[in-house]
Amino acid sequence: MSQTSSEAPGALRVTGKARFGDAFFRIIAYSAGLSVLVVLGLMIGTTTRDALPVFEYQGLWSFFTSDEWRAGFSRTEFTGEYGAFSFIYGTLVTSLLAVVIAVPFAIAISLYINRIAPKRLAKPLAYTVELLAAVPSVVFGLWGLLYFGPTYVRPVMELLNSTLAPIPLVGILFEGPIFTTSYFTAGVVLAIMILPIITAITREVTAQVAEDQVQAAYGMGATDWEVMRKVILRGAFPGIVGGTMLGLGRALGETIAVAMLVGGSQRWGLSLFFGGDSMAGHIANTFQDAAPETVLALIAIGVGLFVITVIVNVAARALVWRIGRVAGDAAL
Amino acid sequence: MSETSSQTRRAPEAATPRIEVADRDRSTDVTTTVRQSTVPSAITEAVFEAKDVSVFYGGTPAVRNIDLKVPKGEITALIGPSGCGKSTMLRTFNRMNDLIPGCTLEGSITYHGEDIYADDIDPAEVRRRIGMVFQKPNPFGISIYDNVAFGPRLHGMKANLDDRVEQALRGAALWDEVKDKLGQPGVALSGGQQQRLCIARAIALEPDVILMDEPASALDPIATLAIEDLMRQLRGQYSIVVVTHNMQQAARVSDRTAFFSVDMEQGVRVGELVEYDLTEKVFTAASDPRTEAYITGRFG
Ligand SMILES: Nc1ncnc2c1ncn2[C@@H]1O[C@H](COP(=O)(O)OP(=O)(O)O)[C@@H](O)[C@H]1O
Ligand SMILES: [Mg+2]
Repeated sequence: MSQTSSEAPGALRVTGKARFGDAFFRIIAYSAGLSVLVVLGLMIGTTTRDALPVFEYQGLWSFFTSDEWRAGFSRTEFTGEYGAFSFIYGTLVTSLLAVVIAVPFAIAISLYINRIAPKRLAKPLAYTVELLAAVPSVVFGLWGLLYFGPTYVRPVMELLNSTLAPIPLVGILFEGPIFTTSYFTAGVVLAIMILPIITAITREVTAQVAEDQVQAAYGMGATDWEVMRKVILRGAFPGIVGGTMLGLGRALGETIAVAMLVGGSQRWGLSLFFGGDSMAGHIANTFQDAAPETVLALIAIGVGLFVITVIVNVAARALVWRIGRVAGDAAL
Repeated sequence: MSETSSQTRRAPEAATPRIEVADRDRSTDVTTTVRQSTVPSAITEAVFEAKDVSVFYGGTPAVRNIDLKVPKGEITALIGPSGCGKSTMLRTFNRMNDLIPGCTLEGSITYHGEDIYADDIDPAEVRRRIGMVFQKPNPFGISIYDNVAFGPRLHGMKANLDDRVEQALRGAALWDEVKDKLGQPGVALSGGQQQRLCIARAIALEPDVILMDEPASALDPIATLAIEDLMRQLRGQYSIVVVTHNMQQAARVSDRTAFFSVDMEQGVRVGELVEYDLTEKVFTAASDPRTEAYITGRFG
C-alpha cells in the first residue's frame, strides 16, 4: 500500500473526469427514481381528489359495506347510491379462488419441471408455462367467454353443484343457479393467468433448496415424494408464499378478462356460481356510458381497489418477512 | 497442486503429530499413528460383499471390476487419489448412485447376503437401514431436535421419540453440548458439532452400517479428531465404511484399508481396487508397489 503511494504520488486522487461521470450518472439515476415517485404521487393525488366527494356523499363506511349501487345521471350533484360492496366481494372472491386453484398447480408444475421431468421435456414445459404470461388478457376473456367457459367450466360447476351443494355450511358456495359467466368462471381463467408468475417464483425457490439437504433426506430413506414435501417445499415455503401474494396482487387488478367473465350483474351472491361483478370489471364495463357523478364514483372504486391492493401487498411483505425471519433464524 | 503440499499430505510418518490413539480395548502404550490391528485378517462376517462391480456415468466407467467384502463391526477405509471412485463405490452400498441420472451399475452387491440391486428391492428401504454421512455437514434448517427426529418421524418410529433423540445425540457424543438447546437451529452449531449432529441423525434410525464420505474434510483439526474419536466409539455396534483422502486418518481409525487407484483404459480414467488388507499391513507392508508409492508420497 504505502509502496504504491510513494511510487506514484497523486495516483489515488480523483480526477476531474471520474468525478464528472459519477455526478452525471447520479443525477440521471436520481431523477429516474424521483419521476416514479412523482407519477405515483400525481396519480394518487388526482384520483383521491376526485374520489373524496364520493366518499363524503356516500360515507366511507357505506361505500365499502353497502351493496346498493345505483348510478346517477347528474352533471352537478350526487343523486345516485354508491355502495361498492358487491364489486369488492367479487374482486376478492375471484382473486382468492384463482390463487386457491393456481397455487397447487404451480407447486406441482415446479416440482415436475425441477425434479421429475426428463431434461428434454423440462425446458419446453417451462417455456410453455412462461408463454401463458404473454397471452393478452382480452384473449383470455374471449376464449373463456366463447369456448372455455361454456364447454369446460360449466360442466365442472354442474358437477360441483350436484356433489357439494348438499354439504352443510360450505354447500352455500356451490348452490345453484349456475351462471356460465360467474365468479367461478372468472376465477378459473384468472388462475390460468396468474399461473406463470406463481410457477416462475415457485420454481426458482424450490430449485434453491440446498441439494445437500435433499441428499441427506434421501440418505435416510426418504422417497421422492417425502423429499419434495419435507425438504424442498418446507425450505421453499417463504418464497412460495411470496409468489402466491404476487399472483394474488395480479388477480386483484386484472380487469378485462374478469369484466368479460364474472357476470356483470352489479349484485353479489355467496354462491361461486353467481354471476356478480368485480371492481376493475365494473369500471371497465360501465365507464363509457357513465354520467359525470358516476365517473367520480367509478374513480372512487379505483381508489378503493388501490387501497386493497396496497393492503394485500403490505400484508404479503410482512408475512414473507416474518416467515423469512423464522426461516432465516433457522438458517443463521 | 504444489509438490510440497502433496508431499506433506501423503507422508504420515513425517507430518503427523504423535497422537494418542484412544484405543479403549488396549492397555499398551499406543502412540503410533498406525492403528494396530485388533482384528483377524480373515473376514468372518461381511455386511457388504461387492462382486465384480463396475459403475458407469452415462456409459463411461468410473470404477471397474471391484470385489470388496466389508466386515461387520469394523471400520473400513477407502483411500486413493482424487477421482479414483471412492465416493462412487461408497454410494453403491446404499444405492445413492441411483439418484444420479445416467449412473448404472454392473455386478452385484449383497447386504447381509441379500442382493440390494435385485428388482424387488426398494432403494428407500436400503437407505433407511444404511446410514450416510456426507463430506459437508448438511443439517436441515430446523431445530437440533427436529434434525435428529427427522428420520424416525419419516418412518413412523414415533414412540419414545424424546428418548430416541437423546440416545442418538449421546451416541454421537453431542448430547452434553446441546442438551440445553435442543430447540435451537441445527445450523447454528459449529462445523464439527454439525457433523456430529448429522451422525446423530443417521444413528437415530438404528442403522447397522454407517457410510461416511470424507466426514472430516470440511472440519478443523480438533473437530476432525473428535469425529475420529467418535468413529472409534461407534465401531463394533456399527460397521463403518469411511472414504478419506487423508491417509493419516485412515491409518488412525480404520481396521482395514482399501486402496483405489486410477488406471488409463482406452483413454478413460477408470478407478480400480489395487489392494485391500488390514490397515496395519497396507501402511507398513503393502504388497502392491502402487500402494506403497501412494502411501509414501511418491505417487503422481
Ligand atoms: N455425478 C457424476 N456424474 C458424472 N461423473 C461423475 C459423477 N460423480 C463422479 N463422476 C466421475 O466418476 C469418477 C470417480 O469420482 P468419485 O467417485 O467422486 O471419486 P473420488 O471420490 O475418489 O474422488 C470421476 O472421474 C468423476 O469425474
Ligand atoms: Mg469423493
